[in-house]
Parts: sequence; C-alpha cells; structure tokens
Amino acid sequence: MKLKLRVWRQKNNQAKGGFEVYNVEADEHMSFLEMMDVLNEELISKKKEPVAFEHDCREGICGTCNMVIDGRPHGPQKGTTVCQLHMRHYKDGDTITIEPWRVSSFPLIKDLVVDRSAYDRIIQAGGYISVNTGQAPDGNAIPIDKEVSSEAFDAATCIGCGACAAACPNGSAMLFTAAKVAHLGKLPQGKVEHKKRVQKMVGQMDKEGFGFCSNVGACEVECPKEISTENIAMLNRSYLGSMLSTND
Amino acid sequence: MSLKNNIPKGPLAEKWTNYKSKMDLVAPNNKRRIEVIVVGTGLAGASAAATLGELGYKVKAYTFHDSPRRAHSIAAQGGINAAKNYQNDGDSIWRLFYDTIKGGDYRSREANVHRLAEVSTDIIDQCVAQGVPFAREYGGLLHNRSFGGVQVSRTFYARGQTGQQLLIGAYQALSRQIANGNVTMYNRHEMLDVVKIDGKARGIITRNLLNGKIESHAAHCVVLATGGYGNVFYLSTNAMGSNVTAAWRAVKRGAYMANPCYTQIHPTCIPVSGEYQSKLTLMSESLRNDGRVWVPKSVKDAQAIQRGEKTGLDIKEEDRDYYLERRYPAFGNLVPRDVASRAAKVACDEGKGVSKTGLAVFLDFASAIQRYGKSAALSQGISDPDAGTVLKLGEKVVEEKYGNLFQMYEKITGENPYKFPMKIYPAVHYTMGGLWVDYNLQTNIPGLFALGEANFSDHGANRLGASALMQGLADGYFVIPYTIGTFLSHEIRTPMISNETPEFKAAEKEVKERIQRLANSQGNQTVESFHRRLGKIMWEYCGMSRNEEGLKKGRQMIRELRKEFYSDVYVPGSDTEYNPELEKAARVADFLEMGEVMMLDALNRNESCGGHFREEFQSQEGEAQRNDADYTYVAAWEWDDENPILHKEDLEFENVELKTRSYK
Repeated sequence: MKLKLRVWRQKNNQAKGGFEVYNVEADEHMSFLEMMDVLNEELISKKKEPVAFEHDCREGICGTCNMVIDGRPHGPQKGTTVCQLHMRHYKDGDTITIEPWRVSSFPLIKDLVVDRSAYDRIIQAGGYISVNTGQAPDGNAIPIDKEVSSEAFDAATCIGCGACAAACPNGSAMLFTAAKVAHLGKLPQGKVEHKKRVQKMVGQMDKEGFGFCSNVGACEVECPKEISTENIAMLNRSYLGSMLSTND
Repeated sequence: MSLKNNIPKGPLAEKWTNYKSKMDLVAPNNKRRIEVIVVGTGLAGASAAATLGELGYKVKAYTFHDSPRRAHSIAAQGGINAAKNYQNDGDSIWRLFYDTIKGGDYRSREANVHRLAEVSTDIIDQCVAQGVPFAREYGGLLHNRSFGGVQVSRTFYARGQTGQQLLIGAYQALSRQIANGNVTMYNRHEMLDVVKIDGKARGIITRNLLNGKIESHAAHCVVLATGGYGNVFYLSTNAMGSNVTAAWRAVKRGAYMANPCYTQIHPTCIPVSGEYQSKLTLMSESLRNDGRVWVPKSVKDAQAIQRGEKTGLDIKEEDRDYYLERRYPAFGNLVPRDVASRAAKVACDEGKGVSKTGLAVFLDFASAIQRYGKSAALSQGISDPDAGTVLKLGEKVVEEKYGNLFQMYEKITGENPYKFPMKIYPAVHYTMGGLWVDYNLQTNIPGLFALGEANFSDHGANRLGASALMQGLADGYFVIPYTIGTFLSHEIRTPMISNETPEFKAAEKEVKERIQRLANSQGNQTVESFHRRLGKIMWEYCGMSRNEEGLKKGRQMIRELRKEFYSDVYVPGSDTEYNPELEKAARVADFLEMGEVMMLDALNRNESCGGHFREEFQSQEGEAQRNDADYTYVAAWEWDDENPILHKEDLEFENVELKTRSYK
C-alpha cells in the first residue's frame, strides 16, 4: 500500500518545528514502526536525516515508543502501543499524521523524541515500598485475596509511556500517579506507607508542572494498558484522607 | 593466564553459607567512601545498584535508555523459578540444582548453580515484600505453574508479564535509593569503554546520547549487568537496543568471553513474515503447559496448508503428528527449549511446516479448551454441558491464564488463536555464554564484575525456562552484595579514584576517535543493512545446527563483512547530537567482532550439547551427543585481531553424575 506521512520534524527544543510530507510504500503485515524503519532506510539511502523516534522492545511492554498518530497517542487501536499497531488497519492511499507527545513536562528532544524523566522523579518521590534486600518475611506469610491481588496487578501493568498525559487536554499525570498509588496501596505490604506515599507523589507531580485532572477520561481511553480512571478516584480519596488525618 | 574459579572448599550444600560467614567485609564507615559503578538497569543491574546503595556504598548507575525501567528484562513473560516447594510436589534446592545442571547439559559449574538454587527462595520473599503482584490461589497464597525440563511446579508468575512486574519491583527499589542519594542515576549514557589502572577496573567511558559528549566516570570497581548478545543474529526476541557493546569493550580490554557459542533458540516465537521484519516476538513457554505442538503427518497435507488451501482445522486427529509427545513421552510438550526447537526444525526440514514459508509448526489449545471447559462446567454444577458451553467456559479459562499472550498473537498475526491453532517457529532468545566470571562473579580483570545474562556462569549450554529472571535477581540481590566485598575489602585505603588520570584521558581519546571515525563514514550502505547481513550469516552458519565447513565459511564471511562495513557504511548526522544511527553503528561494529568469536567457539567445540548442535555429533535418532572426555570445560576466549586465544576452565562434577540427557 502507498501511504502519505505527515511527520513532525524538529531539530531540537530550541529550533522551530514543522510537518514534512513523505510517501512510503508499506506492507499490511508490517508493524507501524517497521513502516517507519522503511521510511528511515529510504531517507538514509538518499543521505537525508532519518526521523528520530524512540522504540525498544517492540512487543508493547517497555513503554519506550511514543507517537501521536492522527491526533491519538499510540494511534487508533484500543489497548495497543505504537509498536503493536499493524499496517493492516490502514488502506492504500491513506494520509497519516505523526507527532510527538505534546506535554510541557515532557520537553522535546528531537523530532518525535521527548524527555519523560518527570515520571521517574514521581516514582522516586515515593512510588515504592521501603524494604531493604534481605528484610522480607516468607512469601506466603501474608495471604492476599486473589481479587485484591488482581486489582493491584491491573494498576501495576502501567508501562510509563506517558500516553495518559499526552491524551489529557490539561497534560495531567494523574492516571500514571494513581496507577502506582493503587498498585501499592491495595496490597497489605504497601498500606503502611500509603498516606505518605500519596502526599509525596502528588507533591512531585505538581512540582513537575503537570496539569490538574478535570475528569475528561481521555487518559483511560488512550492508555495502551487500559488502566482505569477508578484508580484516580482512589488517589483522590486517599489524598483527601491523608490531608485530614494526622496519623500516618 | 590460568583461570581460577575461586570455588570455596567443602561440601556443595555448605559452600555458600560457610563462604558468606567467613568472607572479608567492608565496614559501614568505609562503604561510604567506596564508589561502585553499575552498568545496566535490568533485573541484575537494578537489583545490584539498589542493594549496594542500601548497604551504604556510593553507587553510580548507567543505562542507555531514557529510564531504568525500560531494560529488556521487562519483556520476560513466563515466570521465575524458586525451590519453595509450596506445592508439596517434591521440589527442593537439590532438585532445582539438579534440573538446572541437567538442563544445561552438564556444562555449568556445580557450585554456582547450587548457590543459585539456594537463594532462589529469598528472591520470591523479597519480591512479594516489594509489592510484586504474583498470581495467587483463592486462599490468598502464591500459585505456581510448570516450565520446560522439570517435573514439579516451581514457577512463580504474574500473568504473562512476570519480567515487567519483577523489573518494576527492582526499579522501585532503585528509585528509592536514587531519592536517598545513595545511587546517582545516569540515564541516556552508553558505556563505550572500561578503564583499567594498574590492572584493576576503575571506571568507564560513556557517551551522553543527548549531546554526544564523551565522559569519564571513576569508581573503585565496575559491575556490568548489560544483558546478552542475541541481537548479533539481527532477528531475535531481544529489544532493538539490546547489544553486546559494554561486554565487548571489556573483552577488548582483556576480559574473556566464555562459551559464546551457547545461544538459546526459543521454540515458541511468532514466525518471520517478511524481509522488512525488525524483531521476533516470543510466545511464552508457559503456553506449552496447555498447548500441544503438532504438524501434519503427511507432506501433502502440509503443502496444502502452505498454499492456503487448508487450515489446521481441516486435518483430522489421526493425521496429526504430535511429535514432542511421540518422541519424548516423559516430558511431552514440556521438553527443554533446545530439544523442542530442534524437533521443530526437523519437522520443517521434512517439509511438514505449516505456513507460507514452510517454517512454522502448530501450537494447539483445542484440547486444553475442551478439558478446562468440561471441568469449569462441572464446578458450576452443569453435569451434562453442551459443546457450545464447554467451548465458551474453556476459552474463558484459557483467556484467564494466557489472555495477554493470545491478544498479542492476534495483534501481530491478525489471526484468532482461540479458533485456529497458533503458528510458531524457533527464534534466537537468550545467550548462555557471556563474560567469564569466577565464583565471586568477578571477571579475569580484578574489580570488573559481570551479572545476569552478561555473564556465563549458571546455565551451561542451555537455560531452563523461568531461570533467567531467577539468575538476574539472585546475582543482583543476593550474590554480588556479598562477593563484591572480596575485592573491595582490600580497597578501603584507596582514596576516591580521579577521572583525570592519564589512563582515563587515553581511553577517552580512543573512544572519541572510534566514534568520530564512524560518524564520518560516508559510504553507501546503511547500518541496518550490515546488521541484517550479519544476522543472516549467523543464523545460517551458527544457528540451530552447525557444522565445521559452515562455521569456517561463516567466520570468513564475517571478516569480509567487517572490512566492508568500515569502508562502505553510511552514518548520517554528527557525533555531537542525539543520533540513534550513530549509536547503532557502534553497536553493529562490536557485533561484527563478537560474531566471529561465536563461530570460533562453535568450531572448537567438537560435540553437541544444549543449544550448541554440531551436525557431525548426533545419535542415530538425531539427539545431541556430548563428548565429556574432551569438552567438559568452559571455553574462555581472549580477543586478538587475528586469532583469538582459547583458555580453558575444567568443569568438575563432584556431586552429579554425567549422563546422557534424556527426556524420553
């Protein structure tokens, strides 16, 4: 199939960016990123500069790839990262617009590459259980309800890709933060530090300049792991609770 | 130079405990004055950096990724082994040890493997405490499943995303130490050299991938946890960025590369679909708990499927060859990976492949769906369920167990695996070989350690499923925090190492020249095209089966390709900016040398064992034939531009009797 790509090109954070148009010949069995590889191979063989984009595992789990495709983070397919999106969802003659995540807390590096280290700093603020190596009791010492464990797992599947913030009109990182708070806060091991964790992570999120959550719900729709906004409700309750109570 | 493995004396089961009790320690006040560099933030690197930070060392951690959470450990699906015996099915430390030694085809070190089995139980405890949401039973206790090559259920898992959950656990522990100031994290820094001072590893040279700046980082010692070299094959289940550069740079500074020919070809991957393909996707081994592997009995049926005239559903039960169940009744579909992969190759070589290319076999869940459907119906009180109900309930159980894998399969192939049997084919997945290390995980360069897939030590010639995660975390959480003391306890009087010594300056200069040479390459061929060609040579001559003639030819072809690379590669952009093509060029350059050592090692090893199958050495039934008299050793290679030099470490088996591995 023949496709027309409108790709955002920007040399660096200071330079002015803009769309460039490329024609590319793709096969329906290709993944979206393999189609981008074909484009880049062509650009390189013409001694032009390839499009910079990030990717690594190409199986939907590392969270590295990030592109806004026709206005949607990770493209049109539900619950799918760009690397798992395949060209059989497109047809001959389509025009596809490809842009970077546009979130002020994710500064642009080059073309489609942005800096998402703000998410690392939110985790560093408290997204963990404080247990040193060797301090753990036996794995079966604390039975955990299968359902509870499963809910914690659903939240823990976050891949830290940043699609939630990219989808949000306010550029909010609430779903990301809430997923970690819910993952750890639902488990008995994580309950001990829950209130402190909520305060610290929310504090860091604000410090990074992410916007406020206004319950738009775009984050859940675009999340490649389909993480639920129910986690945000839990975060809000916990945050409020932690402000009102004095004991940790 | 002789290789001293430093295995402690005494009975096998007591070695580690006694050694730990008596080893030299570094006191807390001294730890604060000692710096450790950890390169790589996968399971081994992140767990090591976090634990060393907790202990009070000053740690500097490096990754070429934008975040430590991206390391490829994240993609491991199936699970992690531990000798907990929670299932009361006869598991023990000895059994895990024995299974691993046997699974590795008697080419690993007894003492290392036993230690691995011993600490395996602590890993599960640690991960649970960190909040890893392992699968549980209704009673709230941890659930287990089976993996290949074993007859107990000792694999802990978190759906099909165990690696992700374990890595997030280690990443969170690391993040806590970063926040505490015990670990300084360097994202987007690629290690391009090791710096030795007076023979000891004292630092690394990195390239800042955002601006191309070449930097010197000094420490009292260096720990490499930089993963395996599977991407030398171009197509593999590794992430696109996985590379051998850190380990290879250590080799160029004198470290030895051990058993490089031991590569694991994983039997259940989604088959190659076209020339443009950039990577292969694994379908977890856990699927073989319930999936049955088969091809049509007749070549005619297979050809009809290849032409698209028939599907698997059109082949009657009696016309199917469940060849693993037939050839290996004791283990059936759960034979180890090397055995399953070779059997798939044999079936396809006979013309019985089931895809357009003829390079695929079926992995079929129909009977599992029936079995689970019936039992689910019974448990719901439906004593005489109709076929539709059984199918519906059965599919639901299978979805609960493998849902994300089935979804991934459908996304990639566009085919529904609940309706049609999956098509799978072997692909390069893991490398058992790696930097030579002693019992302390120290390479032959004092002060340079290697952990996880980057070292060679525990899996012999074939790794069992769910053991990579176990080894990565064992090395990082429970081994290196102790054994690093054997080196550092002699360094407590060494002041902070300066990064401005002549050794650092010289190494920086060399790295700059190497990078500039690549950046200024104005040839006509892309980096990718060289990598693809290298991969084809490796797969053809050093893949699932090898022979003397092919290996000699392959080696020569790699040498020629290397020459061509330096004379005709084209690298766009400059070396002072964000330039992924330049990063790739430097990695491919190193693969072009690594590939040659793999060929050499495979050529040297005149036997078949585990993942290394030499066509000249097989039984009449086509099983691998070891040569214990001549090859019960670790082959450790010292690099030389013309002729790499072989060093041998004899493997001594005091507790296990060497037998022909049988899964029949």
